[in-house]
Amino acid sequence: MATAVGTAAQFRHRRHPGGTVATIATWVIGFLFFFPVLWMVVTAFKQEVDASTDTPKIFFTPTLDQFRGVFDSGFWPYVGNSMFAVVVSTILVLVLAVPAAYAVSIRPVEKTQDVLFFFISTKMLPVVAVIVPLYVIAQRIGMLDNIWFLVILFTSMNLPIAVWMLRSFMVEVPGEVLEAAEVDGAGMFASFREVLLPMLAPGIAATALICVIFAWNEFFFSFILTAARAGTVPVFLVGFITSEGLFFAQLSAAATMAALPVVIAGWVAQKQLVRGLSMGAIK
Amino acid sequence: MAAVHRIRAVVGMSACAALAAGCAGAGALGGGSDGTQLVVAIVANPQMEDAIELSDRFEEENPDIDLKFVSLPENEARAKITASVATGGGEFDVVMISNFETPQWAENDWLVNLQPLVDQTDGYDPDDLIPSIRDALSYEGDLYSVPFYGESSFLVYRKDLFEQAGLTMPEQPTWDEVRELAKELHDPENGMTGICLRGLPGWGENLAPMNTVVNTFGGRWFDEDWNAQLESPKFKEATKFYVDMVRDYGISGAAAAGYGECITRYSQGQAAMWYDATAMVSTVESPDDSLVVGKNGYVPAPVKETDASGWLYSWSLAIPKSADDPEASWKFMDWVTNKDYIKLVGEEFGWERVPPGSRLSTYELPEYREVAEAYADPTLEALSSVDQSDATVDPVPYTGIQFVGIPEFQDLGTRVAQQISAAIAGQISVDEALAQSQRYARSVGESYQEDE
Repeated sequence: MATAVGTAAQFRHRRHPGGTVATIATWVIGFLFFFPVLWMVVTAFKQEVDASTDTPKIFFTPTLDQFRGVFDSGFWPYVGNSMFAVVVSTILVLVLAVPAAYAVSIRPVEKTQDVLFFFISTKMLPVVAVIVPLYVIAQRIGMLDNIWFLVILFTSMNLPIAVWMLRSFMVEVPGEVLEAAEVDGAGMFASFREVLLPMLAPGIAATALICVIFAWNEFFFSFILTAARAGTVPVFLVGFITSEGLFFAQLSAAATMAALPVVIAGWVAQKQLVRGLSMGAIK
Repeated sequence: MAAVHRIRAVVGMSACAALAAGCAGAGALGGGSDGTQLVVAIVANPQMEDAIELSDRFEEENPDIDLKFVSLPENEARAKITASVATGGGEFDVVMISNFETPQWAENDWLVNLQPLVDQTDGYDPDDLIPSIRDALSYEGDLYSVPFYGESSFLVYRKDLFEQAGLTMPEQPTWDEVRELAKELHDPENGMTGICLRGLPGWGENLAPMNTVVNTFGGRWFDEDWNAQLESPKFKEATKFYVDMVRDYGISGAAAAGYGECITRYSQGQAAMWYDATAMVSTVESPDDSLVVGKNGYVPAPVKETDASGWLYSWSLAIPKSADDPEASWKFMDWVTNKDYIKLVGEEFGWERVPPGSRLSTYELPEYREVAEAYADPTLEALSSVDQSDATVDPVPYTGIQFVGIPEFQDLGTRVAQQISAAIAGQISVDEALAQSQRYARSVGESYQEDE
């Protein structure tokens, strides 16, 4: 550890002049990535005419009309559906993935490698290849336009990723800690709850957030398999695209509203997330 | 063995948790009304959004019916509605389709015959529907969908720019005349495009205007025996004409420009002419969306060998066979396609926003005639002058003007449209594009030859 800190300090001293270039490059790249989002938010406050000028307008009179339009066109039922599908599927994923990850990392079952490969192989088939069978199945069992069908799909879509992510966090947990717990008389269950879970909390938070983001943004399944009752926010968004008229400003307002919950969730979980995502790096 | 027990315990606990989560969630989904719920799938266009806003009135008049709308962009709506209706998915009680689908789906027995419902409804007045539209939405003489609005195509031009340049637009222009005018007015250095024409690939995008050019140049997709005719001299001449005009006097990057880009360009005052759907007026003449309100003249679709050349399209409402309660579905369709609805839109939102092109009586309303002075008659004339069963110079085995009325056309048309778009982008020549297109069309034609 001490050597590592020393090296970092040396780097800090040697930062000029390459450091300035790196800093500028970082800011430029950061801005490039952020710019489309910024432009979307700015456009959301424009009138349709201002939003579709050939030379983009930077100065304009801001308006809340577009947001009003979004709320007037029935935004909340879609949010309700999305929230429900996202929360339930994420809970299901965690409930299934934590024990599964445990079984492929801390107490590896037989043929762990094969199991892991099987999990990830389910992500290799493009979803468009299975959409017709899925549609027919949903129709036959009367699950078209039913939010529970999306819950099942979101769960199975996120499960492999969650198992892999959680596994990578679990293998970082030193075996000695668990052994010590066992020596102190903790059963598997107690050591799982009292020792492992607190250590894994950041990792679980990071996994949950990834699941939330993927499920919140999922469009393809939701578009094909829902209609009026179970539609989610991304499906609501495309409704603003029209082939006969201007729509950039209102679409931007709707997209801004749609992005907000995920941004807030990310903000709240920021600390956990950074710890979780960099967990692999700290030994 | 102990380990096995432990694993079971964990699995058991997970299952309980899953169940608990499930039960807790079920409540969140509750709700719903006592009456009939109608799910209406529509295409997200401005007039349909108005209908959604006004649908409270319908629900007030019919408290036992609860309306739910699914509003999607054209291509997504078409894919979703087709999948649902073709498989009997049953998600929708009312669907928005067009004169492309209606006769085909009626033949497949996917739609409820509306004629009995129309006939028993007092005041619906089917004879008031514009005849060309009514015919296009009928199968064996019976209506299978009713028009929400209808459109043809015409040419809009900037009267002020024509005056400045000392040019006059003929009352019925030919394509050769339009080409000369575009040449005069094209001034890209000053941000002025001679003529906007669609280049974006898609059977409902660039092929729509181009097919009307093909028809009036004397071309056709198939001869009477289903032999593909895409490399015939007339088809080639028309395609070359269209591609050259877009390349020479169209907007830059035209290969990616569809209706949306053209409407933006024209309503921002950056184009002198635009040949497209008559529905354009609701944006071009809307003070909220357009900088060129009141500066426009409208003339019929340019011609060459035929007398008229506009297309015919209608977004219309139909009831899938799988709908639970066709009577309730019809109640809503009657309300939204009735004469009274048109008046309601005019009074609530303004007369420029009424859905045009569905009923003859719309064009007799004094309030509408006043706001639509510049385009009411050209629209009605365009709609009256077309006949989708007789749009070409030489006889053909299909119906349709800007499309070939067969199911395969969605795919065939889009493939050919991609070739045309590549030619507009300059990646391939028109000859190459048509040679490839001819191969696509031939394989479709052969499947019809085998059936005969």
